[in-house]
Amino acid sequence: MRQWRVIRNVRLGIKTLMLHKLRSLLTVLGVVFGVGSVIAMLSIGEGASREVMAQLEKLGVKNIMLESIKPTADENAGAQQGFLSMYGLLYEDDERIRLGIGSVVRTVPVKVIRKDGRLGERALELRIVGTTPEWFQLVKRDMLVGRALTQRDSERRANVCVLTEHGARRLLATEHVVGESIRIGQHHYEVIGIVRSEEVSGSIQAPDQNVDAYIPLSFARQRYGDNMYRRTAGSRESERVELHQIIVEVESEDDVEPAAEAIQALLRRFHKRQDYRVAVPLTLLRQAEKNKRMFNIVLGSIAGISLLVGGIGIMNIMLASVTERTREIGIRRAIGAKRRQIIGQFLIETVVLTTVGGLIGIAFGIAIPVLITFWSKMPTIVPLYSVILSLVISVAVGIIFGLYPAIRAAKLDPITALRHE
Amino acid sequence: MSSDTLFPSLESDVVVALRDVHKVYDMGVVQVRALNGVSMSFKRGSFWAVMGPSGSGKSTLLNLLGCLDRPTHGHYALDGRDVSRLTDDELSDIRLQKLGFIFQSFNLIPQLTVAENIELPLFYMGWEAPASAARARELADMVGLADRLEHRPTELSGGQQQRVAVARSLANAPEVLLVDEPTGNLDSGTGEQIMALLAQLNAEGRTIIMVTHEMDVAGYATHQLHMVDGQIERMEGEG
Repeated sequence: MRQWRVIRNVRLGIKTLMLHKLRSLLTVLGVVFGVGSVIAMLSIGEGASREVMAQLEKLGVKNIMLESIKPTADENAGAQQGFLSMYGLLYEDDERIRLGIGSVVRTVPVKVIRKDGRLGERALELRIVGTTPEWFQLVKRDMLVGRALTQRDSERRANVCVLTEHGARRLLATEHVVGESIRIGQHHYEVIGIVRSEEVSGSIQAPDQNVDAYIPLSFARQRYGDNMYRRTAGSRESERVELHQIIVEVESEDDVEPAAEAIQALLRRFHKRQDYRVAVPLTLLRQAEKNKRMFNIVLGSIAGISLLVGGIGIMNIMLASVTERTREIGIRRAIGAKRRQIIGQFLIETVVLTTVGGLIGIAFGIAIPVLITFWSKMPTIVPLYSVILSLVISVAVGIIFGLYPAIRAAKLDPITALRHE
Repeated sequence: MSSDTLFPSLESDVVVALRDVHKVYDMGVVQVRALNGVSMSFKRGSFWAVMGPSGSGKSTLLNLLGCLDRPTHGHYALDGRDVSRLTDDELSDIRLQKLGFIFQSFNLIPQLTVAENIELPLFYMGWEAPASAARARELADMVGLADRLEHRPTELSGGQQQRVAVARSLANAPEVLLVDEPTGNLDSGTGEQIMALLAQLNAEGRTIIMVTHEMDVAGYATHQLHMVDGQIERMEGEG
């Protein structure tokens, strides 16, 4: 019986609102924009932060990344003839960190050399990554075929390499075959495995790029040494870098920050210049989460103001509507409607209005991110909670801003209301 | 106090009884005594015309009888129950269950159809849709508007609108019909039709209390009550 009355009231509300379509639409525009922008912005924010999170998680929340950077003084001196720039992480640093800091589980030293790879006629500039077998345990990647580097390869200083999928496809014209022999610089390597490539974008780079060849660090060190010469725009650059990167893994997430501190302190003792950089994915992750929270707060405030203004507009129109329909209220009261039934009628009408506004807003809020993704390829995710939240907010706005006009309507004296022209 | 002791002479054929009813409007500076000690009983099945010059208190009397207002002083028994001290909700219930209203200006709700207007009391009584629709059809048929059920009030003539109002007032099968200048907004021919309809309803046994200032309209009633200065001046009529 009650349900039937609510349904009747909803139908009546829709009918009354449809009598003034334009007015209803204009009234509810504030809610439409409020809800629409909340969902759209949450979706964009969610998409962006998911991407960042995914990248950071790939780097490992238990990892600390050390990178060699060329000091600015050397950068300027680089143009001079015969100047040898010596900087960066040392083999000894790797050892000191591995042995000197308690919470460190393992370290993976990385040496990067750029050389052309060759197989028959095909040539490709490769990034040769000299590293230890543990690299493959730290950076979790699927082996498409073959095997990863092993301890034995390191000990034997074997001339074997693991290619990335992209490199393999371009050099071998397949990503399924191992055992081919390719030439990198003056040396021949046997391809023992192929790993999946990774689409990497953003400011933080994973330790491997798409076209990489992984070889035992021991072999790289023996064959290529630590000095490198590069010819650029008529001048020659010489530099000596032992390790380009060290990836440090610690026991647990809680150890990350103390370990990073300890590493910094340790490196400061042995490096006179700031020729390295310490990056902690966990810190970056936290930063990203913090940024997201800030973003949400700002967003929430904007949406809140928009909904507040929208709600006040709705209240205004409903008050006008109550005045306009004074006689109707008088008639209903004379017939025997109780005050709370009048409240119910006007409240339901307002909630119908804001809910319809909310639904239109949700439609906009979903359409906008979809269009953004379509045009700009920016990832967006419409979180389900934002849709539910919007609907709840729409109903709440209706109740909050509809209550006062409804009470005003119910408080009208039936005799006066009946006489109202 | 029970109504038995309040109205010891109350007979079962009296549907409305007033005992020394006063209504005072406090207008700040002055107090307006709209009703000044009215005692009166209306028998079941009677048709009364309440007459008097404007300001005589006849509208106030109708509002009190219609449970839209409460007396400042005195008692009002409707169908054996003292209703003079009830709460707003209780009065709403009394109106819903026992009273029907017909107004001068029809007072139909413009955004509702004829059928929905007639069903309005049933809606608040909580009737289910099918039963309610059937009753509306029956009543519309009775007032000769069965073919106008889906029309809006604005699409009808004044006489038709007033007939819809009559049908609506009967939806809850009221004890008493309260009528306020039913022909005031109608031309004389249409007015006569409405009055004939009311006379017919009375002939079928309904109690009607009607306020009017027109003698010929009052002529349809079986009894006349004349008011002056918030008091009953005289009564006429058989019985």
